[in-house]
Amino acid sequence: MNDFWQDGEGIADTAAPDGPIETRWERRKFTAKLVNPANRRKLTVIVVGTGLAGGSAAATLAEAGYHVKSYCYQDTPRRAHSIAAQGGINAAKNYRNDGDSIYRLFYDTVKGGDFRARESNVYRLASVSVNIIDQCVAQGVPFAREYGGLLDNRSFGGTQVSRTFYARGQTGQQLLLGAYQAMERQIGLGTIEMNARHEMLELIVVEGKARGIVVRDMVTGEITTEMADAVVLASGGYGNVFFLSTNAKGCNVTASWRAHRKGALFANPCYTQIHPTCIPESGTHQSKLTLMSESLRNDGRVWVPLAAGDARKPGDIPEAERDYYLERIYPSFGNLVPRDIASRAAKNVCDEGRGVGPGGLGVYLDFADAIGRLGQKAVEAKYGNLFEMYERITGENPYETPMRIYPAVHYTMGGLWVDYDLQSTIPGLFVVGEANFSDHGANRLGASALMQGLGDGYFVLPTTLGNYLAAGPFATVPQDHEAVVEARRAVEDRISRFLSIDGDRTVDSFHRELGHIMWEYCGMERTEEGLTKAIGLIRSLRDEFWQRVKVPGTGEQLNQNLEKAGRVADFFELGELMCIDALHRRESCGGHFRAESQSEDGEALRHDDEFSYVAAWEYFGADRKPTLHKEQLEFEYVHPSTRSYK
Amino acid sequence: MDIQVRVWRQSDSSDKGRMVTYDVKDISPDASFLEMLDVLNEKLILDGADPVAFDHDCREGICGMCSMVIDGVAHGPQRATTTCQLHMRHFKDGDVIDVEPWRAAAFPVIKDLVVDRSAFDRIIQAGGYITAPTGAAPEAHATPVPKKDADLAFEAATCIACGACVAACPNGSSMLFTAAKVAHLGLMPQGQPERDTRVIDMLQAQDDAGFGGCTNMGECAEVCPKGIPLNLIGRLNSDYRKALRNSAR
Repeated sequence: MNDFWQDGEGIADTAAPDGPIETRWERRKFTAKLVNPANRRKLTVIVVGTGLAGGSAAATLAEAGYHVKSYCYQDTPRRAHSIAAQGGINAAKNYRNDGDSIYRLFYDTVKGGDFRARESNVYRLASVSVNIIDQCVAQGVPFAREYGGLLDNRSFGGTQVSRTFYARGQTGQQLLLGAYQAMERQIGLGTIEMNARHEMLELIVVEGKARGIVVRDMVTGEITTEMADAVVLASGGYGNVFFLSTNAKGCNVTASWRAHRKGALFANPCYTQIHPTCIPESGTHQSKLTLMSESLRNDGRVWVPLAAGDARKPGDIPEAERDYYLERIYPSFGNLVPRDIASRAAKNVCDEGRGVGPGGLGVYLDFADAIGRLGQKAVEAKYGNLFEMYERITGENPYETPMRIYPAVHYTMGGLWVDYDLQSTIPGLFVVGEANFSDHGANRLGASALMQGLGDGYFVLPTTLGNYLAAGPFATVPQDHEAVVEARRAVEDRISRFLSIDGDRTVDSFHRELGHIMWEYCGMERTEEGLTKAIGLIRSLRDEFWQRVKVPGTGEQLNQNLEKAGRVADFFELGELMCIDALHRRESCGGHFRAESQSEDGEALRHDDEFSYVAAWEYFGADRKPTLHKEQLEFEYVHPSTRSYK
Repeated sequence: MDIQVRVWRQSDSSDKGRMVTYDVKDISPDASFLEMLDVLNEKLILDGADPVAFDHDCREGICGMCSMVIDGVAHGPQRATTTCQLHMRHFKDGDVIDVEPWRAAAFPVIKDLVVDRSAFDRIIQAGGYITAPTGAAPEAHATPVPKKDADLAFEAATCIACGACVAACPNGSSMLFTAAKVAHLGLMPQGQPERDTRVIDMLQAQDDAGFGGCTNMGECAEVCPKGIPLNLIGRLNSDYRKALRNSAR
């Protein structure tokens, strides 16, 4: 017992089959109950979010014959933030004959996640990876190809094989368009009812089952209650709790958080991925950060001056006075170490006063060697669009002067807890993609997010959701049912509360301040003292928010500040839980680095005896302690070892 | 730097709308255009005024959400750049900058700078896809694609459906958008079985959505942030003629 949380019962059942790992998914598919094709159209499924996970799920479920209702906050289902993924998608095709296999992808992912992921799920992900590529090629996704017409591959951080499929620096966009086009085909056929510019603001739980959602039409402000036999959340991650991140401005935790408040456990919220190669901040106006694909580390060399405070231009610093610190510290992986390691190494050299650019918060990513070796043309062909993007944002030409990069929040491994079937602790509520916690442990490897989103949506969910729906259709819930009325009223009350405060601070000013607290105390390095302090700061800022926020306009119109207010209110509660989770986990693992738990040479130090579990949190109210439920992790195949990339 | 912006204000689709002038002071040249509008909006909110509504999301030039006509040019003065990637260093102290929404019959204004682009989705619904239900796909290497075709298909597929092409076209035509999708899918072997019906159905949907006809003005390609080339429209027309011939047989 302590001031911040209480311990609850462990989670005993993850619904994963036992037996040899390579047969588990096959057996789950066989034991899953089926729904007769003629009965599927009588079953309605709500899918919230239209990124890779939500788009692929909606299209696949509609193709199977279910009636799908899809929601997204953007103006069309083609814009979700999956679109911004640059680098690629992993698959164990072994087209390079370099020793890759499903088992190796499974092994790399478990190890890359610092032994904090569930083996059964990861193995399944690795095994469906090969089907994803087949599916996307059939849809016409224009992957990069070799002169012989076959698919090209490249390598990514944390692996020693080339298994990443890509479409220049726009892999996410091309994969998302594949899913979007499949969705649009179903929309045209009438099997998907699409609701763009709609935001989910509450989950409706009837007799213990997820049966619907409350949504707001963002154009008219109309609030409606939408019912279904099951609800799928594919609403993405929560990196925007930091205000500055590589996420799109609209990315938010509201759908997940509303479900959490209704009883869905939230797992490992403190596992956040800070991506090492982003463009540094340029001033106080900064509204978001931009990622430079990790693929750049294939050819770019990361360095800082050897001496602290060296203010010379990069070109004036001779070789002997440069420190290519990743190559020096990690000779076998060099510039291609996993993201968490590269980020912390950058932070360390900047803490030593060796950072470059404004405020000393940056390191160089230098292509001079690659240009010398391959020629500018070849570098341009590989990374041209990324170089242009860098120049547009910074006004500097990276062919002539090295890029400046700094870590930024990029992805969240934590999310709603799901079992092997991707079902949350609320029956009938399924969670896919970044919104769930399931496959990446404490650190996600590059090019694995696209794989997981599409794996969940195309191949896993359609099987496991069918198993749940086989017991349906469930009794119709009338609009005047107590649970429906209550959920609707909660949404309406919250909106009128935001509009009536009429304070003297904007939503963004609160969000920015919350972000500062999170970055300072729950960012790349966390300590007991800092986290305790952060929890206090967040609580008082949250109180201030509810007293002083100013939301202009009305609820019956397009009101972007009202939308933001709702999201930021949820970020306050999430931010506090992240700090509590980070505080309770007195070990370092993956993206979670506790300063108190490091080896002599400053590497992350796990404590498997104490912390080899998933921390799943139960909500009891914004001012009450959450309860911790532990799901113990079993490693039958990949035995936990110290992760070394040296 | 200090600037003035003249912004289109329109409370909803029934409002007539007007340009309103605002001063924006002390803007860093490293700020993006949208960050400049953020600063303006923070001030408007605290002054008790209605902030300017505008569409934006990824702010890294890929989602296609941002959509402003800046000084009369869709996405503003920098070529091959979305509004969100345009930075204030391209303007100078004292500039007066006009900011308007996409203007086209098929893109009605919702509020201020926000327009309804759902007509693009309806064009895709009509045939902008390859029918490949999940689970039915053959092994990825079963059909090699010549690199040249794959690269050209990729170039066409980089369209982000922002709608700048329509906003720039004096006729409000969506030909470049439609041509890009027809070229992307038509260049892939997987896209051949539906090639004829695709082009016929998409062009019909484009007409039904209220887009104007193409008269080869070329303004669309000039403003395209992704550099979709104008010659794809020629390719579209040639595909269309072939498809009509084939369907007449």
